[in-house]
Amino acid sequence: MARALINLPKTAKAGDVIEIKTLISHPMETGFRPGPDGRILPRNIITEFLCRFEGEEIFRAELFPAASANPYLTFTTTATRSGTFQFTWRGDGGFDQTETATVTVA
Amino acid sequence: MIRSAVLVLAGLILAAEPAFPGGIAPSDKRSGLAEMGPELQAMQRDDTAHPGMLWVQDGADLWARAPTGGAPACSGCHGEARASMRGVAARYPAWDARNGRPIDLQDRINLCRRTHQHVEPLAYESADLLGLTAFVATQSRGMPIAPPEDPRLAPARREGRALFEARMGQLGLSCAICHDDHWGRHLGAAAIPQGHPTGYPLYRLEWQGMGSLQRRLRNCMSGMRAEPYPFGAPDYIALELYLAERAAPLPVETPALRP
Repeated sequence: MARALINLPKTAKAGDVIEIKTLISHPMETGFRPGPDGRILPRNIITEFLCRFEGEEIFRAELFPAASANPYLTFTTTATRSGTFQFTWRGDGGFDQTETATVTVA
Repeated sequence: MIRSAVLVLAGLILAAEPAFPGGIAPSDKRSGLAEMGPELQAMQRDDTAHPGMLWVQDGADLWARAPTGGAPACSGCHGEARASMRGVAARYPAWDARNGRPIDLQDRINLCRRTHQHVEPLAYESADLLGLTAFVATQSRGMPIAPPEDPRLAPARREGRALFEARMGQLGLSCAICHDDHWGRHLGAAAIPQGHPTGYPLYRLEWQGMGSLQRRLRNCMSGMRAEPYPFGAPDYIALELYLAERAAPLPVETPALRP
């Protein structure tokens, strides 16, 4: 499991715009670089990120070889009700990781 | 007449000899953080945006995890790192009485692994060693670098200064030529910092990863077209000792972020 750091406010007022910050540990190997033996290292990148709130998709991103290692994605959403965010990263070599975080809306 | 002119000239040269290590006046001393743009500074200051925190979190896990073989975890002896490790990184490299030589923080961690946990030392620049070192050093964040006044460290520190000022490599440069004499100017497009090791291990965007001070020194040496010493060489410890003295009392920034 790659280490992921997710930050969002624990509590919010209904209607507040909240910022969500995600960071995941990943080499994002481009597929263009030679390794120590001179051979091209196979591409190993995250290709897709998506965020769901209570099952509903609220943000999606496609990633390409130019993204740097340990991609950092930040976006905002409007807090409407308490619930769980689900963050999924998918990529080469069957990479698939899901993390969750909750927000309480007063 | 000529003789007195020569004497005056000699006096002027002596007066120009810098009184402080590195030739950088205390009021001019500043971390590489100050040379970066506002976006990168913000990235270093925001733990939720700082990729180095991935290593620090890994280090926190390693701190609490017991190695196989029944020996205690780091936390088994040292307890809560927040209290027990506070200020440790600010005084390293330090003297290791058992081996009779100066050691840096990553050597200290590996010695502890060998003597108290009875496991193999972690490889230089491995994610585990960088993570654990970064986690320990992060506990000293904000504290002024305070090299110990241990007289046993003095010979190595002197040697470090000599290495810092010695010309090396095919370009015939020394560390001092850039970082003492030309800091604040540019080498190509890159700003030349004063070269204070305030935040190691640090996340360098160019590396897309974490690296130790030794990795940084090797980088500079190959840039000067000099043959870098192998990882763990006593020359690095000597340089680290001199650099710590030269950087004091700037605050520890670990994990720093640099371009």
